[in-house]
Amino acid sequence: MTSTVPAEQSSESKKDLSTEEHEDFRLFGLIAFLIADGMTFAGFFAAYLTFKAVNPIGPDAIYELELPLPTLNTVLLLVSSFTFHRAGKFLEKNESKQCQKWLLITGALGVAFLISQMFEYFTLPFGLTDNLFASTFYALTGFHGLHVTLGSIMIMIIWWQTRIPYGRVNNENKFPFEAVELYWHFVDGIWVILFIILYLL
Amino acid sequence: MTISLKPSNSPPEKLQPTGWLKYFSFSLDHKVIGLQYLVCGFLFYLIGGSLAGAIRVELISPLSDFMPREVYNQVLTLHGTIMIFLWIVPVVNGAFGNYLIPFYVGARDMAFPRLNAVAFWLIPPSGLMLITSYFINGAAQSGWTAYPPLSITTPAAGQIIWILSVLLLGGSSIFGGINFIATILKLRRPGLKLMQLPMYCWAMLGTSILVVLSTPVLAGTLILLSFDIVAHTGFFNPSLGGNVIVYQHLFWFYSHPAVYIMVLPAFGLVSEILPIHSRKPLFGYTTMVFSIMGIVVLGLVVWAHHMFTSGTPPWMRLFFTIATAFIAVPTGIKFFNWVATLWGGKISLNAAMLFSCGFIINFVLGGITGVALAQVPFDVHVHDTYFVVAHFHYIVYGGSVFVIFSSIYHWFPKFTGKMLNENLGRFHFIITFIGFNLCFAPQHWLGLNGMPRRVAEYDPQFQLINQISSVGALLMALSTLPFLWNILQSILYGDDAGDNPWNALTPEWLTTSPPPVENWKGEAPLVLEPYGYGEKDSNKTQGGVK
Repeated sequence: MTSTVPAEQSSESKKDLSTEEHEDFRLFGLIAFLIADGMTFAGFFAAYLTFKAVNPIGPDAIYELELPLPTLNTVLLLVSSFTFHRAGKFLEKNESKQCQKWLLITGALGVAFLISQMFEYFTLPFGLTDNLFASTFYALTGFHGLHVTLGSIMIMIIWWQTRIPYGRVNNENKFPFEAVELYWHFVDGIWVILFIILYLL
Repeated sequence: MTISLKPSNSPPEKLQPTGWLKYFSFSLDHKVIGLQYLVCGFLFYLIGGSLAGAIRVELISPLSDFMPREVYNQVLTLHGTIMIFLWIVPVVNGAFGNYLIPFYVGARDMAFPRLNAVAFWLIPPSGLMLITSYFINGAAQSGWTAYPPLSITTPAAGQIIWILSVLLLGGSSIFGGINFIATILKLRRPGLKLMQLPMYCWAMLGTSILVVLSTPVLAGTLILLSFDIVAHTGFFNPSLGGNVIVYQHLFWFYSHPAVYIMVLPAFGLVSEILPIHSRKPLFGYTTMVFSIMGIVVLGLVVWAHHMFTSGTPPWMRLFFTIATAFIAVPTGIKFFNWVATLWGGKISLNAAMLFSCGFIINFVLGGITGVALAQVPFDVHVHDTYFVVAHFHYIVYGGSVFVIFSSIYHWFPKFTGKMLNENLGRFHFIITFIGFNLCFAPQHWLGLNGMPRRVAEYDPQFQLINQISSVGALLMALSTLPFLWNILQSILYGDDAGDNPWNALTPEWLTTSPPPVENWKGEAPLVLEPYGYGEKDSNKTQGGVK
């Protein structure tokens, strides 16, 4: 019984069975990466929740968070997810001008988030090394802010690359757009979890 | 959208350097990258082995006379880190994974060749960085676990370089893991089902899932630790209100799966080697697949058995003891499957087979002490003693490293087109096996009698056993010489191997040795029964030495 089909036998068949072409699985790879990235956040969240459960906050330690600014931040990011989606719809319809407009709005919202976050940092009554919770707060929001910064830069690159006629991202070559969009939604989702855990719990 | 894999306009041979230079280039060929991983890993093995030798020399006498205590701490830290992150993990995953997985799934390369090359080229710089840290104010001194507060209070420069190096290696590992998952799940040749893949693919799929899920947690933890060291935050510093136990939980959430990252691929490699050299199908393919996946799931929920003496509450001890004991079940299934594969086979006792059998014996011994260590009353007594050292080395040296040698003997003809000298290989096996057991079996006794690990000085009553252990280490060091001589001799003057010296059925043997760029001249063969060694077949073809 032959369990293998040697190359000589099957080379005559007209239909090419080997993997000369394959589907685009770059998005699959990105999803695997985002799962890994999400696990980094999961580790941070687990550390924070354990600290909260077992380490009592010191009597003279200052750790107070105001809600209005982070709520505004949440709204900014959620709206930016929506505007990014909107830009994608226009990209599919080959309306690059509209797509670029919505991308610019998305990028602006990302930058607005970062400015607002910086403003919060400067107005908080505690610094990085003041106490355990202060350190964890800055580590978590800082790591997330790093993601937003990278995302904003990538949105600007995509914005530049969707220009007509020289841009390389269009309806035919959509992967860079989709990748950044997925990443941006991921960063938004992480923020929502972070908002709930850090500010609301 | 489809991407053409066939670069008909620009053959990759033209784009890449050829000859030996290609091994020093940013090559995208999975076979070149695999061998880069293997040779690079082996060089680090020699360095890590020399450090182990230094440890054994120090332990010949009860006093700290061969090197100062601080240097001893640095040596044992570097030894552990190099052996785990620069030798075993890159070689069992990166080297053999990159070389074999595309063949096994019937592809011409990995899913993301460029990412693959990036993943490899992160390794040499981070390894060199780690080693040079010894010359800059001293290397890290807190062991490969880098437990705070020890890692916070020892000199900062070495510890920070250690963290950076491990972060880079972790990144390399994650990139590799993503690549393997995409290759195995998405790049299979049409007509090839998952349950028809050789077992090593399943092992690598399971390992890569563990890598992707657990390595980022280590990265996050080490980032927090570096904040503690550089910015004087207090995450893990009790004097600043922090919590060292959180570090241990997060660290072992990676580092227990890391043990499976080191042995699961070895399980897969052994499952490839045993059927070929005993001319029998792999016994229990389906149970093997399920036990690999069982180990992956259970491996993620047993980490706290490393922390039974860290004040873990009783319910946690109970849960983790039971979960750890459960892991023995899938592992036992695999062990019995290997024995059943050998049973009644036409066994050729060549070097590859001997090292695989050595692996089975050592792994059972290490597994038994593992189950013993999972029991809280016992673990509390031998925690941080030489018993743990012995157990761990039975798993990673007796397990993974024996399999690496077995795999080198098995696949060397494919890598180079030359045969290795089997008698020299058997000699290598005998010295390694005796040396290994002489070195580590007595350490069980040391641990049971309370000799702590990681300390340069010990009670004089342990001197004789330590000296026996050091003699074993010397034998292990010497065993490298016939191996290196064999490799050198074979590359220069070895017999031609032909395409398929073992009469194997797995796809990598169905092409030339060494394989051409893009693996097959024509179409990729469709191998539906990689282990179809029937009784008739074993009469016809006797695997073994030419």
